[in-house]
Parts: sequence; structure tokens; C-alpha cells
Amino acid sequence: MTTAPAGAQQRRTPSPRPTGGPGRPGRRPATARSRANRAGLAFVSPTFLVVLVVVVLPIAWTVLLAFQDAKLVDIQGMGLFGNWSLDNFSDVFASAGFWSSLKTTLIYTAGSTAGSVLLGLVAALALRRPFRGRGLLRAAMLLPYVAPVVAVAFVWEVALSPQYGIVNDWGSRLFGWDDPIAFLSTRAYEVSFLGAHFDIPLALLTVIAFECWRYFPFAFLFILARLQAVPSVLEEAATVDGATPLQRFRHILLPQLMPVIALLCVLRFIMTFNKFDDVYLLTGGGAGTDVAAVRVYDFLTARYDVGAAAAQALVLAASLMILLGFYFKFFGNKVQEEA
Amino acid sequence: MTGKTALSRAQVEDRVLGVLKWLVIAFLAAITLLPFYYMLLLSLKPIDALLLDPGSLWLSAKDFTVSTYQDVLRSTDAGGQGFMRFLLNSALVSLGTVLLTLAAAVPGAYAVSRLKFFGHRQVSALFLAVYLFPATLLAVPLFVIFARMGLSSSLVGLAVVYVAQTVPVSVYMLKNYLVTIPYSIEEAAALDGCSRLQTVRKVILPLALPSLMATGLYVFMIAWNEFLFALLFLAADPGSWTVSLGLAQLSNGVEVPKTVLMAGSVVLTIPVVFLFFAAERLLTEGLTSGADKS
Repeated sequence: MTTAPAGAQQRRTPSPRPTGGPGRPGRRPATARSRANRAGLAFVSPTFLVVLVVVVLPIAWTVLLAFQDAKLVDIQGMGLFGNWSLDNFSDVFASAGFWSSLKTTLIYTAGSTAGSVLLGLVAALALRRPFRGRGLLRAAMLLPYVAPVVAVAFVWEVALSPQYGIVNDWGSRLFGWDDPIAFLSTRAYEVSFLGAHFDIPLALLTVIAFECWRYFPFAFLFILARLQAVPSVLEEAATVDGATPLQRFRHILLPQLMPVIALLCVLRFIMTFNKFDDVYLLTGGGAGTDVAAVRVYDFLTARYDVGAAAAQALVLAASLMILLGFYFKFFGNKVQEEA
Repeated sequence: MTGKTALSRAQVEDRVLGVLKWLVIAFLAAITLLPFYYMLLLSLKPIDALLLDPGSLWLSAKDFTVSTYQDVLRSTDAGGQGFMRFLLNSALVSLGTVLLTLAAAVPGAYAVSRLKFFGHRQVSALFLAVYLFPATLLAVPLFVIFARMGLSSSLVGLAVVYVAQTVPVSVYMLKNYLVTIPYSIEEAAALDGCSRLQTVRKVILPLALPSLMATGLYVFMIAWNEFLFALLFLAADPGSWTVSLGLAQLSNGVEVPKTVLMAGSVVLTIPVVFLFFAAERLLTEGLTSGADKS
């Protein structure tokens, strides 16, 4: 019953006569549509303008900068165009540690995404049914996500400190660690297990653990909401048919949750891939945690090399697009279902 | 497989999962609450007590002190760390960002949710595509532009950057809520003689208040917690540091005791957490639920 064209009910003038007049009744729908069109454009233009000026134009300029030899000192007198070159890109690709940084970024992103989504899934399953204090715990679990990253990174830094950190103190007391472990500044920690020796990238793993801890509430919220929308008759029917809890999870719940899990993985992957704060605050990008975003920052502030920073940022964005392209080519329909 | 063994397998799984569930719950409670308890605990003791017994999980009465808070909040002239000033800066930037973002996002969200104008599908996709680009990509040109305009160490410049970061997601959040407001309410307003602008101002905005609050709160949290751009633009000028930046810069040095900085973390965390939990209750009350029934 509310199918009138968008502009039909709009009356600018308080006059009792209907707009359009009796002379040309055939043109009224077109007028209404074009009026809605005009109103829509008028309403969207302020927002569009803001996005254009503060987001689209700067990004476009980054692309230009990446192809120019731009240092911050001489950028004052520089025009928008001129001196095109691919030097920045060849510098970026040839610079020491570019490929290893890309690899670190990938490990960091994949590990954090998988870990936070998995922990979120486990948490959602555990908090699915009501129990005493569930509301309280649910609220508390959002704390890591809500709290400022600087504050929580500082707490982790202090807690993991080899000198006055609680983790090392308890570790030496409970597990008999001989030496305090510098979690955030150890590139490779040697572990012997059953006579074999491994080097584990301790600082990188710690940063990944931090990331999982901080973002599992995000996954938890999404998955719990979806979990509560699963019709209970499905599970009841499966129970009647003799399915065990694990079978019910595997064959009933998991297929229902798959779209939201896929969506979460994409979202977290994009966000973590570009993440700067967490790694910078915890390790400063040292000890094998040199993710690409921290490198962009270093180019920009340590060397004032705007062109190289722009090129590096662009390479980062391009690699992300390629990865997402692959993803959507193979699993795209699942995400689209959910979105 | 007979019915009896299947039943017993189900029973075994039920038992194991029943125990496992409580273990998981205890684990989750520990990892989410302990770090924040630790933060609060360290902020209330002097540095000597921490160095003497780093593993202690409680606070003895003789150690208890609030001097850490006094130290961290006092202005630098009075020998403190000047967090009062940082708090003010953060509040100004965050509130300014919220107002500017909502002002920019509301018309766009309304248009995308209601009006079938030319290209309305593409616009909402464009707003979201912005998030594909890393913040660092935005950082480079904005850094240069602000250096050129002399805005590089001003809070206004920072607020503009935050608006850039939050407008797209705000449009998305508001749009999702606006489409749930029944169209017939708008038609009723139009029949009563409201123009489109009046309808938005007098009918849609009051109905969308929960969503406006939620979006505003989310934007506030992003702006309050943000670190990268504050670091890029304000690092050279301690007078305009935000709390996040101040804490990060001071924690790099060794001269400020860790327990004092822990008090700083508490001061940084409390406003966001408080706002979040205060609003969570408010947001659950739907405003439109009964509006269309009569």
C-alpha cells in the first residue's frame, strides 16, 4: 500500500491544489521521479563532497606522488604533475627487506584473522545458552575491542616485560623458566622438543596473539548474532534423529554460520593487512615484525621520502586487491549471500 | 551402529562438552578481565612495590596510593605529566569529529536509504570501497597537504582526518537503520504538509535518534582511540597531544615510572568504556517498534 512514487507525496507549497495541475495528467509520474532524483542528488551531494575532498582526492594524489621524485622539503614548490618516473617503485622493490616484510605481513594477517575468528567462534558457542552472569561476561568480553589500543598495548608491554612483567615472574615460579623471556624483542626463540630444536618467531607470535585477543570480540558479536537466528527446529530434528552434539555442530550449525564466518575473514583480513598501530606500539616493527604499514611510516617520517612512502603504500594496497580478487573469484558467492 | 551406542556417544559428548564449556568460559573471563584488572592494580601502587614483587596480583593496604593519578594529571609546569591537557585535547578532537561526521553523513545516509536517484547504488558502494585503501595511503597526502597549509600540528587538521576516516562507515550504519523506519510515517508527515527537509528534521531524525547516538558513539570511540594520525601530525608539539599519543610518547622513555603511566592508561580507557556501557543499554530500546502500529 505504500507504493506511491517517492516524490508523489511531496508538497512544497501549502496551496490546496494538487501539483502538476489538471492540464497534463500524463506527465505526473515522470515529474515525480525526476523530483526524487533531484532531491536525492541534493541530499547526497554534501556527503559526497566531503568524501571526495578528504578521501578520494588524497588517494588520487598518492597515486601521483608515487610516480614522482618527491621529498618533503622540496614538495612546497612542486607542481601536481611533472618528472614522471618509476624510480620509487624500483627503489621499493629493491630495498632491503621488502620481500621479507611482505611475507611477515602475510603471516601476521593470516594468523591474526584465523585466530580471532576461531576464538570468536568458540566464545560464541560457549555463550550460546543462558547461564548466570552471561550478560556480565558478554559485556566484559567486549573490553579488549573497545579499549584504546595504546592503553592495552602498554599493559601487554608491561606484563610481558623481562624485568618487571608479571608473565615472566609467574613463568619462572610455575614453570621454572631459567631466564626471563623477552617476548617482544626476540626474533627467534629456540625451543627443544623431543630432542629436536626449533626456532619460533616469538615476537611475531606475540603480536599475533595480541591481535587475536583484541579482535576476537568483533567476531564473537557477529557469530553470536547469527547463531541465535538459527531456527531451533533444525537442531531439535537432528537430535530426534540421533545426532550427537558434535555432529549437530558439524552438519547443522557450521553450514548456517559459514557465510558470516567467510565475511568476517574478509573484513578482518582487510583491516589487519593495513594495520599499523598494534605492531608499532608493541615492537616498533623490530624483531621480525616489520609489517608493511610500519615501513610506510618509516619512509615518511625517518627519511621524509614521500614518493617512496606513497609507492610502498600503493604496492600494499595493490597486493591486498590481488589477494581479495583471488578470494572473490573462488569463494565470492558465499560472502555475497551474507552481505 | 545400534541405538544404544549412539545414545551413549551422545551422552559422552554432552558430558565432555559440558565441562569444556565451563573451561572455555573461565578462560575467556580470565583473558578479558585480568589485563584490565592488572592495569587498575598497577595504577594504584608505587613503582617500588612493582619492582619488588612483579608477580603480585593483589594490593596490600600499605602500598595503596593515588599519587600516581595526581602525578599523571598535574600539568607539566607543576611537575606532573600534563594528562589533564591531553584529555581536553582528546575531548575537543573527538567531539568535533562526531559533530562534523554526523553533519556530513546524515543527508547522504537519508538519500541512499530513501531516494531513488541516479546512481544511488554506486554511491553506497563507493563509500564502502574507501575502506579497501589503507589508512597509510591516506596518511601520505594528508601529511603533505597539512604541512603545506601549516595545519600539520593543529587539532583542527586532525579532526578533519578523523572525519575522512569515519564518514563512510557512518553513512553505512545510519542507512541500515533508516531503511527500517516505515515509509508510511513519512507519507503521513507529507500529508500533514511537511516538506522533505521538514520531514527529515522533525520526523526522521527523532526516530533515528538511537542510531544517531550509536553512530556518534562509534565515531567518538574511533577518534578517541586513534593513534597513527595523531602521531604523524602532532608528535612535535606536546601542547596539543591527545591522550593516546601522550601515553605512547611517554612510555617510550624511561624517566616516567610505569605505574604513573598505568594511571594514564586508566584515565585513557575509562571514558570510552564508560560511554560504551552507558549507551549499550540505551541502544537496545527500539524507538520505532510501536510507531507504525496505530
